Amino acid sequence: MPDADLHALDQPAVRPVPQPTPAAPRPPTDTPLLHRRLPRFATLGMLAASLAVAILLGLTVWSLNPVALLLETAVLYGVAVFVTSSVVEGRRNAVDRLVTVVVTTFFLLALLPLVSVLIEVVGQGYQRFDLTFFTYSMRGVVGAGGGAYAAIVGTLIITALTTAVSVPIGILTAVYLVEYSKGGRLGKVLTFFVDVMTGIPSIVAGLFAVALFVLFLGPGARAGIIGSVALSVLMIPVVVRSTEEMLRLVPNELREASYALGVSRWRTITKVVLRTAVAGIVTGVTLAVARIIGETAPLLVTVGTTTSTNTNPFSGRMATLPVFSYYEYAQPGIPREPYLDRAWAAALTLIIIVMALNLIARLVSRIFAPKTGR
Amino acid sequence: MSTTSAKPRGVHDAPRYGDRIFAGAATGAGVIILLVLAGVAGFLLWQALPALTASPEDVRGGKGLFEYIYPLAFGTILTSVIALVIATPLSVGIALFITHYAPRRIALALGYVVDLLAAVPSIIYGLWGVYVVAPASVPVATWLSNWLGFLPFFGPSPSASGRTTLVVGVVLAIMILPVMTAVNREVFLQTPRLHEEASLALGATRWEMIRQAVLPFGRSAVISGAMLGLGRALGETMAVAIILSTAVGVHWDIIGTANSSTIAADIALQFPESSGLDVNTLIAAGLVLFFITLLVNMAARWVVSRRSEFSGAN
Amino acid sequence: MAKRIDVKDLDMYYGDFLAVKGVTMTIEPRAVTALIGPSGCGKSTFLRSLNRMHEVIPGAYVKGEVLVDDQNLYAPGVDPVGVRRRVGMVFQRPNPFPTMSIYDNVVAGVKLNSKRMKKSDMDDLVEASLKGANLWSEVKDRLAKPGSGLSGGQQQRLCIARTIAVKPDVVLMDEPCSALDPISTLAIEDLINDLKSEYTIVIVTHNMQQAARVSDMTGFFNLEATGQPGRLVEYDDTQKIFSNPGQKATEDYISGRFG
Ligand SMILES: Nc1ncnc2c1ncn2[C@@H]1O[C@H](COP(=O)(O)OP(=O)(O)OP(=O)(O)O)[C@@H](O)[C@H]1O
Ligand SMILES: [Mg+2]
Repeated sequence: MPDADLHALDQPAVRPVPQPTPAAPRPPTDTPLLHRRLPRFATLGMLAASLAVAILLGLTVWSLNPVALLLETAVLYGVAVFVTSSVVEGRRNAVDRLVTVVVTTFFLLALLPLVSVLIEVVGQGYQRFDLTFFTYSMRGVVGAGGGAYAAIVGTLIITALTTAVSVPIGILTAVYLVEYSKGGRLGKVLTFFVDVMTGIPSIVAGLFAVALFVLFLGPGARAGIIGSVALSVLMIPVVVRSTEEMLRLVPNELREASYALGVSRWRTITKVVLRTAVAGIVTGVTLAVARIIGETAPLLVTVGTTTSTNTNPFSGRMATLPVFSYYEYAQPGIPREPYLDRAWAAALTLIIIVMALNLIARLVSRIFAPKTGR
Repeated sequence: MSTTSAKPRGVHDAPRYGDRIFAGAATGAGVIILLVLAGVAGFLLWQALPALTASPEDVRGGKGLFEYIYPLAFGTILTSVIALVIATPLSVGIALFITHYAPRRIALALGYVVDLLAAVPSIIYGLWGVYVVAPASVPVATWLSNWLGFLPFFGPSPSASGRTTLVVGVVLAIMILPVMTAVNREVFLQTPRLHEEASLALGATRWEMIRQAVLPFGRSAVISGAMLGLGRALGETMAVAIILSTAVGVHWDIIGTANSSTIAADIALQFPESSGLDVNTLIAAGLVLFFITLLVNMAARWVVSRRSEFSGAN
Repeated sequence: MAKRIDVKDLDMYYGDFLAVKGVTMTIEPRAVTALIGPSGCGKSTFLRSLNRMHEVIPGAYVKGEVLVDDQNLYAPGVDPVGVRRRVGMVFQRPNPFPTMSIYDNVVAGVKLNSKRMKKSDMDDLVEASLKGANLWSEVKDRLAKPGSGLSGGQQQRLCIARTIAVKPDVVLMDEPCSALDPISTLAIEDLINDLKSEYTIVIVTHNMQQAARVSDMTGFFNLEATGQPGRLVEYDDTQKIFSNPGQKATEDYISGRFG
């Protein structure tokens, strides 16, 4: 090759090399540097074709179900890409492309339920999502009409009570774990049991509250406070976990700076540490509220339900949104439609509350978070 | 006390007082949590005792506590295992997508979207399961029955309503997906760049890099995430109570009309109308559920705590 | 096997930030080329752009050409995966795969390409690579043990064995000795000397003596000012650079008269 000769002339002198070491066996195959690659339009074309075939199949052979559509498209496209890529780019690239298709499909598959739930709840729930629904209780209502006023009031009272119990206990426990325990025995035990508590099934928490209040109110009692205790068992560990995480993010220098100024320990914790972490804590508490506000099972066994508005959490049954929705669905009258409509309207109300709380939580953490380059 | 009074008055006394109260409150809160947990076990045991000691004829079903609970335990485990089988590969795939495939800028947002799945209350999953998933499952169940009918899971006469163990398993899988994905996501993100780059520098494709560096690093976390998910699925109540059409006894057929109920769903369905010994029986069932989830969760934590030993971080 | 690398007017970016500008140099085969320069001047960035590891960082890209064997690594249609098989890399911190045995670490790269390789061939390859990395005698009795159980210096040689097991044309080393003690450092330097008969070697180092000891050619990178992109200031025979550099900046840096 003339080129090689030219280079040889350009080349500065290289020192003589010592005798070469014996060469190891060369791997059987050698990748060429210039790989043929599938052009982008080819993959896009295959994707479009797969989608078209899947839609056609859906229209002619079976129904146009989004899950089926996604899976069919993914399978067709996966096979097409794998085969063409095997031929053009070799097996390793083909496998890589196939995995990409699979992983992406999995993700899209996970989005479908969320979208479907939202569509279903809005589609079924909007019919009774009216003023009456929010201003009337079910007292004396048979058939159409009535609303979830009592249930909304009940949910608000029980949630407020639960939050009032859980937040102080949760935050103080987190403070103990981060600021006081210093890896001691109690701290370790507590961490372990908070983990255990996170895993308690909600129905078991309900049964616990029932069993506990047999002691105070006798068997068969129903009251808002019993439900609050049950929900607290579920909420406390969530608050502890999130608060603990936030407190650990507070840099130690801040504490030391405060001590160096002669500020006492508890003031340092309340004025410096908690103050610094407050956005994160609020986020955590909001998410915890969002988690418990939709809990049905524990309220079913502790609070029951009732048709009229009960604002006294210390005696008698109370209506709550999730339980209201459940009973309207599970024990409808005849005709069923008004009951089912109310069940869905309650579900819609609930999902709006939960999504709003999630949104608020994200906003709080986004807006107030200290900019620590995360 | 004498030492305190010997000190100069003023600055120190008040804060010390505050310190003690605050430290006491923090410790007290911790102790309350321990008491509550002891209380959960203690009170449940106390209220379950009458059912444990009652003569078999008096227990609901007339055959004794064990006969009553074990089909429920079977149903609980069957639905949860189906959920786990579906959710584990999905959660690994989704976590990989978010951490290693999606563009960086939107990865965080995608994580939030998956988290939102966890925010939907279980009662809504129940209604959605009945209205959307159950009807959609009927053709699938028919297909399974026709082609895989030789397996014990797919009986000859699939349910026409679709309110089956299979559908419950699918809905539970969706419900536990966010927890499992969150665990996987976190650990995949923590894969040392060093090992990822080592793999790439050897000429690995993205998937080969994931197999060489990411998955071995995250393996134990994936296992513990799956166990956390299993714990959730075992205890899930309302979705199961609403969707499943149940029958007494053990049923392997997951697409038929007769399905074994689960402990949690049975409690929710029976408790409001129960009194006397029946309440004690249900509480005993709840106790069994409590211990099953406890074991699963503790196993998950144990796997996590062992992880640090062979993660190879040096 | 060893290949010449021609770099032509290469710019390296991190997003909008131009980190290194206008590098043009010819890296000789069967020789060791050392890259020296103050911290942050872009030695690692340049090194990583020689096997397209630079673009692994989100937002990072290059402009210009890198020719290996007159074949542009950045030509459209070139698969970075293939490039990295040809141009191997050893990192600053030893990074054997923690879950793999010593044996599996050595064949990790080979296994990717050729699934079905005879066990005896594989054994031969492991032995040859470990011998090539001067590690064989130390580990031959514990090949099934995890690679993370070795000392830092041994781990680094294991990583070198892993890199040469795939028979690359070029071996890039980014401060391979900076995490090691003097004895391990000497072992690696000896190894580099042995390897140069078969490979084109490019090594980044902060240790002037090391550069003088192991390299045939030396490139000096520098920043004109903070915020400015790094540049290749001087590139010549190592002897010339260390005895009679052509640039004032090079002389200042080498003699330690540098900010
Ligand atoms: N991942 C990155 N993202 C953005 N900028 C980067 C990144 N890595 C390096 N840089 C920037 O590129 C420039 C060159 O960095 P590089 O790591 O190549 O320097 P170096 O010469 O290897 O330094 P050292 O001797 O300390 O290793 C620096 O200004 C650095 O800040
Ligand atoms: Mg560097």
